[in-house]
Amino acid sequence: MSVDRALEGTGAWLDDRLHGARGVRVLLRKVFPDHWSFLLGEIVLYSFIILLLTGTFLTLWFQPSMTDIIYHGSYVPLRGVRMSEAYASTLHISFDVRGGLLIRQIHHWAADLFMAGIFAHMLRVFFTGAYRKPREINWLIGITLLTLGLLEGLFGYSLPDDLLSGAGLRILEGVIQSIPIVGTYLAFFLFGGPFPGTQIVPRLYILHVLVIPALILALVSAHLFLMFHQKHTQMPGKGRTNENVVGAPMYPYFMAKTGAFFFFVFAVLTLAATFTQINPIWLYGPFNPVAMSAGSQPDFYMGMLEGALRVMPAWQWVPWGHTFAFNVFIPALVPLGLVFTLAAIWPFLEQWVTGDKREHHVNDRPRNAPTRTALGIGVITFYGILWAEGANDIIADQLNVPLYWITWAARVGIFVGPVIAYIITKRICLGLQHKDNHLIEHGVETGIIRQLPGGEFIEETRPVDADSLAVLMSRTNYPPLPSGETAETDVPSRSMRGGLGRVRERLYNVVTESSALPEPNGHAIGDGNGHAIGDGNGHAVEGNGHGHTAISSGATSSQADSDEGDGH
Amino acid sequence: MSNSSPGQSGAGDSGEQSWPEYLTGAESRGAAAAAAEGSVPPEGRAAPHRVIGTPAPAAARTLLADAGDAGDSGEKPVREMPAGPPDPIRAKKAERIVVACFLLAMLAGFGFLVAYGTIGVGTITKTLHSNLALGATLSLVFLLLGIGAVIWVRHLMPEVELTEQRHPMRSTPQEREAFKGTFEEGAETSQFVKRPMVRRSLIAATLPLAVAPIFLLRDLGPLPGTSLDTTAWRKGLRLLVYGTGRPITPAEFSSPGAIVSVGPEGFLNDDDAMAKAAVIIIKFRPGQLQFTSANHAVANKVVENWTVNDIVAYSKICTHVGCPAALYEQTTHHILCPCHQSTFDATQGARVIFGPATRPLPQLPIGVDSEGFLIATSDFHEPVGPSFWERS
Repeated sequence: MSVDRALEGTGAWLDDRLHGARGVRVLLRKVFPDHWSFLLGEIVLYSFIILLLTGTFLTLWFQPSMTDIIYHGSYVPLRGVRMSEAYASTLHISFDVRGGLLIRQIHHWAADLFMAGIFAHMLRVFFTGAYRKPREINWLIGITLLTLGLLEGLFGYSLPDDLLSGAGLRILEGVIQSIPIVGTYLAFFLFGGPFPGTQIVPRLYILHVLVIPALILALVSAHLFLMFHQKHTQMPGKGRTNENVVGAPMYPYFMAKTGAFFFFVFAVLTLAATFTQINPIWLYGPFNPVAMSAGSQPDFYMGMLEGALRVMPAWQWVPWGHTFAFNVFIPALVPLGLVFTLAAIWPFLEQWVTGDKREHHVNDRPRNAPTRTALGIGVITFYGILWAEGANDIIADQLNVPLYWITWAARVGIFVGPVIAYIITKRICLGLQHKDNHLIEHGVETGIIRQLPGGEFIEETRPVDADSLAVLMSRTNYPPLPSGETAETDVPSRSMRGGLGRVRERLYNVVTESSALPEPNGHAIGDGNGHAIGDGNGHAVEGNGHGHTAISSGATSSQADSDEGDGH
Repeated sequence: MSNSSPGQSGAGDSGEQSWPEYLTGAESRGAAAAAAEGSVPPEGRAAPHRVIGTPAPAAARTLLADAGDAGDSGEKPVREMPAGPPDPIRAKKAERIVVACFLLAMLAGFGFLVAYGTIGVGTITKTLHSNLALGATLSLVFLLLGIGAVIWVRHLMPEVELTEQRHPMRSTPQEREAFKGTFEEGAETSQFVKRPMVRRSLIAATLPLAVAPIFLLRDLGPLPGTSLDTTAWRKGLRLLVYGTGRPITPAEFSSPGAIVSVGPEGFLNDDDAMAKAAVIIIKFRPGQLQFTSANHAVANKVVENWTVNDIVAYSKICTHVGCPAALYEQTTHHILCPCHQSTFDATQGARVIFGPATRPLPQLPIGVDSEGFLIATSDFHEPVGPSFWERS
C-alpha cells in the first residue's frame, strides 16, 4: 500500500532525525470538540492567512512614498492629476496589474472579516465563560490581538493616501495633538514634522507590513499553542465534564473540516471581492488637505471611536496658557479604554468575587450566567450606540431625522441604554432558566390530554431525554464565600472582614445570581439559594452520566422515549 | 454544574493530582468512563465512544498532554475508529459528488488561468471584466473545494466521537518541588544570588541601554516649537482659488451665499502649508454679518475690518481635529464639518453651535490690493486647527 511506503520512506527519514512518531501520533489523535461557534476563531485565523498572502502580493507593486508625481496611468479620469506615488501605485495595482484589483479587494474584505471575526469570537468566549481559569492568559492575548488588529487596519487603509484615508490620518493627528503635555511632540515625531509631511506613509507601511503582522503572528501562535496545550473547551452535553474532552480526532476529522472551512472563508472573500466594490480609492481621489466629502466613514471597526468623537460635547479647559482638549482626548481614550480594561480585568474580578478558583472546561450557556450575560449585553449596547453614532450623518440622511437629535439620543443613550439592556437581559436569562427548570422538573409537554379515573384532566409530559437534560442541568454552582454565615465559626474570615469584604459579598450575590436547579422530574431541591445546591446538582449530572437512572425516578414508563433521544 | 462528574478512567486514577473536593464529588470516580462505554451513539450509528488511555502523572506535563502514555507506547495501537462508512451505497453516491466537485474545481482553476491569459487590464471596462472573470473562477475553485471536502467529511468518513481525558493544568507538588529545586540550584550555581555586586552592576549596565531606543527615536521629527501658531498667510498674499489657482476680485465674487476654497499665493501645491492655511471665503448680503468694529476676534462677531464687501474669510481647518470644514448650508449660514459634525454659524464669527469643536473657526483678515484682487492683510491672529497642549 502506498501509505505504507510513504511511512516507511519519508516518515522513517524524518523520524530518524526528529523522533516524531510518538508525539505526532498523539497530535493526530488529539480530540477537538465541535460546535458551530468554535468556527468563529477559525474565521479570524484564515482571514489572517489570506491577509498575509494577498498583502504580500500587493507589496510587489505598492510604493510607500509620498513623493508628488503627475499621474499618467490607465485610469483616465485622474490623468494629469498631482498625487503621491503611494496613491498612483494603488491605482496601478487596481487598473494595470491583472488580478490586482481582485487581490486588493480580497485584502480589504479580509481585513474587515478579520476584525468582525475577532469581535464575534471574543463575544462567544465571553458569553460562554470560556475565558475562565485556566484560559485567562489566552483571553488577554486575544484582547491584545484585537488592539493590534485595530491599529493594523487603521494603518493599512491609510496607506493608499487617498482623500478618505488622509482624513483618517488628519483625525489621528488631531487626536494625538490633544494629549496633554506630550501630544504635540508625539504628533510631530509620528508625522516627521507638521501634517501631512512626507514621512507618514512609509512609516505606517513598515508598521503595517512587518512590525504589527509579526506581533500578530507571534501572538496568534501563542494563542493557538495555549488552545492546543490546554485543550479546547466544550459545550455542555451528556458525558462532557471538566475532566474530559469529547469530540472528533484532529486527523482526519478536524483537519478535513478545517481545510474545508478555510476554502469557504476564501470563497466568501473572493465572492465579495468579485461582486462588491470596497474602498474604491479612484473615486475618492488623491489626498489633499483642503477637500473632504460628505458622509465620510471609517472602516466599521473604527466606527466606535468615530462615534465617541462625534458624541462628545465641546468641553475644554484652558488653564495657565495650556489647553486640555477634553472634547478630543476623552472620547479617543475613555470609551474604548473602558471596554478593553473591563474586558481584561473581568476574568480576575469574577474569580475574586465568586472565589471560584476551579478550572472550567465546559462552557456556560449564556443564560446560566445571567449577570455576566447582562453585563456583556450592556457593554455591547454601550459600544453599539457609539458605533451607530459614528454614522450619525448617514442615519440622519437615510431616516430623515435631524442630525442633532441623533447625537443627543446617543449622548443620553450611552448612559441609559446599557442599564436598560442589563436589566432586560438579566430578566430574560432568569426567565430562560425558569423555563429550563420547568422542563427538568416536569418534562416536555406532549400535547396528550389524559383523563384521570377521578375525572381530572391532565396533560401528559415526557421526561427530557438524557442528552438535553445534560445541557439543561449544566449550571455552574459556585462554592459559597468563606463568610461567617457558612463557616463553622461565626467569625468572618479575615478576607471577608472590612469594607472590601462587604463589597465582595454584595458583588458575590449579584454575580452568582442564578435560579436553583430542581431535581429532574419532581422534588425541587435546595432552599432556593443558588449556591446551596452543589451536591444535589453534582449527583444529578453524574446519574445522567451513568445512563438514565437519575431521570427515571418518576417516569420509568417513559424511559424508552427518552432513550431514543427524539426529544424536541 | 454538569461537569462536576469526573471522567477518570479506573486505571489512571491512582497517581493523579488531586482535584479539589467540590470538583470531584468524591465517590463518583469512574462514572464517566462507565457512562462512555454504555452510552448510545448519536443517531444509532455504530460509532465507537472510547476513552483514550490516561497518561501517567509524569507524562501529563509534556507539551501535548498525552504523549508518553505507558499503555500506548511501543504497542500496536488499538483501532479506535471504524475503517469505513456505515452505509456503502450512500458512500458511493457521496464519493461521486465529491469527485465531481474536485474535478469542477480543477476546471474552474483552468478557467482562472485562461481568464488571466486572455482578458487584459488597462481600461476601466477591461479591469471590470478581468475582475469578474478572475474572481468568479477563483470563487468557484474555493467553493467547490470547500463543498467537496465537507461532503467527504460528512458522508464518507464514519462518524466518530472520542473522549480524551483532561488533567489539571497545575503540576503535582512533587513536580513543583523538583522545579523549585532545579531552579534554585541553578541560581546558586550561577552565584547570581550570592554575589549581589555582580547582579546590581549587571542591572546598572542595562539601564542606559533601556532608554537608548527612546533617544534613538528623537530624530523622528523636529520639535514643534511655535510652528503650529502660524500659517503661510501674511500681509499682501493673494487669495487664490483652490483648484484653478486664479486670484479673485470682490466683483467676481458678488452673489450672496457663494463659497469658495482659497489658499495663499505660492502655496496651493504645498500640502503642508495648505493643511493649515486652507481658507473658505463666503459672500453675504449686507446686514447679514454680525459685525464688531474691534480689531481683534470678539466672541460671536465678525471683525468688520477683516472683511471686504461682506466677504468673510474663515480657516477651513476644523478646530476639532482638523478635517476640512467643507460643507456649507446657504439658508442657515452653517458651516459643517463632515467628519464629526461640528457646526459653525458663519454670520456670527463662525461661532460653534453644535458638535464637539470648542472654538470658532479663526477669521482671516482680508483686503483688496491695488489691482483689485482679494489679499490677506495679515496672518491669522490665533492658531488654526485642532487644540494642542501649548495653545493658550
